[in-house]
Amino acid sequence: MAFELSQETLDTIDKVIPRYPQRQSALMMILHAIQKEQGYLSLEAQEWVAERLEIAPIKVREVVTFYPFYREKPVGKHYIRVCRTLSCALNGSYKICDRLCQELDTKPGEISPDGKATVEFAECLASCGTAPVVMVDDDMYENLTEDDIVELARRIREEEIK
Amino acid sequence: MATLHIDGKTYEADPSKNLLEAALSAGLDLPYFCWHPALGSVGACRQCAVRQYRDENDKNGQIVMACMVPVTDGARISIADPEATEFRSSVVEWLMTNHPHDCPVCDEGGECHLQDMTVMTGHCSRSFRFKKRTFENQYLGPFLNHEMNRCIQCYRCVRFYNDYAGGHDLGAFASHNHVYFGRHEEGVLESEFSGNLAEVCPTGVFTDKTLKGHYSRKWDMQSAPSICNHCSVGCNTIASSRYGAVRRILNRYHHDINGYFLCDRGRYGYEHGNHPDRPSRPRLRSTKQSGLEPETTEVLAAIGSFLNEARGIAAIGSPRASLESNYALQALAGREAFSIGIAEASSAVLDALVAALREAPGGPASVRDIEHSDAVFVLGEDPSNTAPRIALALRQSVRQVSIKHAAAHRIPRWHDRAVRDLAQGRKGPLHSAWPAQTRLDEISKSAFCESPNAIAKLGFAVAQCIGEDSSSSSSADSPLQKQAKAIAADLLEAEQPLVVTGTALESEAIIDAARAVVSALAKAGKSTVRLAGIAAEANSIGAHLLQGQALESIVAKVMNGECDTLIVAENDLYRRLPHATVDALLDKLSKLIVIDCIPSSLTRHADAFLPAATIAESDGSLINCEGRGQRFFQALSPKENLHATWDWVGRIQVECQRSDTNPWPDLDTILAKMAADCPELAGIREAAPGAGFRIHNQKIPRSPRRFSGRTSILAHESVHEPKPPEDKDAAMSFSMEGSALQPPAALVSHYWSPGWNSAQALNKFQEEVGGPNRGGPPGLRLFPGGQNGRPHGSPSTESAATPDQLLAIPLYQVFGSDELSNHSAAVRERSEPLAFSLSAKTADRLGLADGDSLSLRIGEQKLTATVRLDPVMSENLIGIPVGLSDTPVTYLPLPAQANVCE
Repeated sequence: MAFELSQETLDTIDKVIPRYPQRQSALMMILHAIQKEQGYLSLEAQEWVAERLEIAPIKVREVVTFYPFYREKPVGKHYIRVCRTLSCALNGSYKICDRLCQELDTKPGEISPDGKATVEFAECLASCGTAPVVMVDDDMYENLTEDDIVELARRIREEEIK
Repeated sequence: MATLHIDGKTYEADPSKNLLEAALSAGLDLPYFCWHPALGSVGACRQCAVRQYRDENDKNGQIVMACMVPVTDGARISIADPEATEFRSSVVEWLMTNHPHDCPVCDEGGECHLQDMTVMTGHCSRSFRFKKRTFENQYLGPFLNHEMNRCIQCYRCVRFYNDYAGGHDLGAFASHNHVYFGRHEEGVLESEFSGNLAEVCPTGVFTDKTLKGHYSRKWDMQSAPSICNHCSVGCNTIASSRYGAVRRILNRYHHDINGYFLCDRGRYGYEHGNHPDRPSRPRLRSTKQSGLEPETTEVLAAIGSFLNEARGIAAIGSPRASLESNYALQALAGREAFSIGIAEASSAVLDALVAALREAPGGPASVRDIEHSDAVFVLGEDPSNTAPRIALALRQSVRQVSIKHAAAHRIPRWHDRAVRDLAQGRKGPLHSAWPAQTRLDEISKSAFCESPNAIAKLGFAVAQCIGEDSSSSSSADSPLQKQAKAIAADLLEAEQPLVVTGTALESEAIIDAARAVVSALAKAGKSTVRLAGIAAEANSIGAHLLQGQALESIVAKVMNGECDTLIVAENDLYRRLPHATVDALLDKLSKLIVIDCIPSSLTRHADAFLPAATIAESDGSLINCEGRGQRFFQALSPKENLHATWDWVGRIQVECQRSDTNPWPDLDTILAKMAADCPELAGIREAAPGAGFRIHNQKIPRSPRRFSGRTSILAHESVHEPKPPEDKDAAMSFSMEGSALQPPAALVSHYWSPGWNSAQALNKFQEEVGGPNRGGPPGLRLFPGGQNGRPHGSPSTESAATPDQLLAIPLYQVFGSDELSNHSAAVRERSEPLAFSLSAKTADRLGLADGDSLSLRIGEQKLTATVRLDPVMSENLIGIPVGLSDTPVTYLPLPAQANVCE
């Protein structure tokens, strides 16, 4: 099979499986490990996991598609989630997303031409008090205005954010 | 019974049901999506909201989901409550936010549950002004079309496909308004019950792909009650037609047989009648060279002279032909010269099965009985491939234990999710004995994969264990005895044990063993024990009751010169006898007359050929594997030169001057004569109302009340509307004229009720929702059970096979082993090429790997195919799929010894 993982990820997977009374319970941890290495979960990756856990590939894909934090397509260097649930939506998250895309010259869900970012909507990021919010990889940016967005986009373009 | 107050009126309701079921059973209209009578409730769609009050003083009440609330005595609910009404209307409104406005191009339009429910709730304008979410659709194989944009996330599809039918390849992906139902990647839906999704889906996500190939709206089709003739279960169907061709098959509810579901072979096999090579004109060999097409009268006259000049006439009918057709042939040739067209060995096995069914306590088990059994022993059958609807029922039988367990915790049966969660996958005992892997193995407690003789031995051992009540195992037991004891213990412990057997392995011993198990259980005090039998073809049992000769004796009559003219109807002799025997028979014959509806190897040799009408084009009766006589009716008046076999035979009788007028002018005449001649078949007349039946002096219309069929299709011939064909055989008209009242269940041609245009209108055709058909389930059971006739058998001795010999056993394919459905393009696409199944050990010994080619000699015949490894098959067995149309050898007398050719 063309699908390959680094030894480090394979070791993590080997360590995770025995933690659970049933093999298939390790599914989500394994998916996280693979996504960490590859940036997304290809169909080949999912089939590999299914074989590893002795379950049908459809069971893996049901999980992968259910959780927004698993991705089936490659993303840019930075993965940006714009919250669009009620508080953020009322406070302008659609505008924020439009502006962010404009600044990064991309469209929601696509990798920007310079490969530096992918912008996507996300459901509630659990920070309604500081709406609107955006998550860049694992960091939260709160109380955003359009100026903040222009600045955020600049920092991503100029690689000030690692 | 509980008393239920709905909007101030009082109704009687069954306390084991929920409020939705009670309201629908009371004839009230309450919209729903996710609930399905066979699948139960999950409370997902919030569509069936009603207001429930605590007591008569409670003025406020609360909104509840009717499908999730049990009926309690004295319960008070309101469907008409304004808030509940508004609630239901807003449910449709939010479902509609993503549902496209494509009804005019949607195949479901006009028979769509979503349309009906939208109208019923009163929702008529929407305020959603954003983009609708869209999906990419998947290719799902030749049976179903996928259009996910229309989905309203009721989850019925996965609940049917996975939970009910045991499928593995349809899933629910993603979350909130992106939920997607499909496969993990494009491809054929594997389950043989996938076609039911077209009826289970409340809107147009899954639609019938074969219908799409020649689409017509529901209201433009003429329909009639029909019976599926692709296996022996006899599921009830509705065949719909337009412009002289069958367009689709729908499920016709039969409380005791198919319930709500059909298998894909039954749903899509109908297109054998639309096969491009279907012979549709009478032919004569003598005029073949000239290239002229003879007139029907010419062919009939020729046949008349063949018969008049004959030294002796013999007739061969068929277990796939109707009772009437077989009987007409028998009447023409006489009892001594008539065969139902199966070989002596098969006939003996069928005789054993019929004897077993006659003897079965309480009569043979219906599919519904099978569903309600709590311990099952399948002896020498592979129901998933030979009688799929029974396999679907067996999948429900293993759930009985969890339903009882839930009942003990006061969880009602309809509370589907709760019952399943409580069961945690626990299954009741299903023991299966079949030489190869089956699709039921995954739900079986044990699978015994040995030779037919060993299977019979296991059956007799189980019977003995039950008789001796020695369920405690000892260390001295052989593995077979241990297994027999385990099976006996499960059967003895059950409240309603069931034994399923059949003719698939062509073994009398297996059927005798099944009888022995049933009678041992009955003796041990299990009076509720049932026996289900599976026969080879749609009318195997019915044809057998006519007591014809074995095929070999007809061959002998021809070979010794007693007969020189043979009529064969709906039977390809090359599938029944060795090729050499048939070739010799044809050489010896002076004239061969063939009547059939499909192109077969035999039709090429016919001196005269008459094209038979298919089941959807003719009237007649079949007897299913439960011994139930059932009637089917014409869904369309066939083209000018097509007639039912019995009708052709009647016309032949006139031609050869045996009769002044056609002895079988209509169905009722032949039924009456047959009843007089064969007392056992007398009951068949009661299977459905005769042609004289009327409701208020009116016939039953085949067209729905919204039929718009006045089209200009024939305008180039005449601008006048042609007179609809007359039907002398049935109490049904080929038009929309007739009684608007509900006919008896045997004559229901389509499901419709005001406000209910989809198949869900069926609720109005039942005595209570999910209950018996109004006026009782159609058909008549001919075997009351308990008739003792046949001596008890014993296991036959194993013939010692030399190590380099293999025992070839017949295997079956749901798509491929049935002759008729093989001529249906969609079913044919699903059939797999010929492959030999054998164990890895045997393959190793022969130096073969998966996918290698292997040649076998069985008797005189040589057969080559690829090898497929079967993980459970025992050594020295080799499985050969039978009935496939693409093989050079269409007949093999299996089981038989096979030798490997170098």
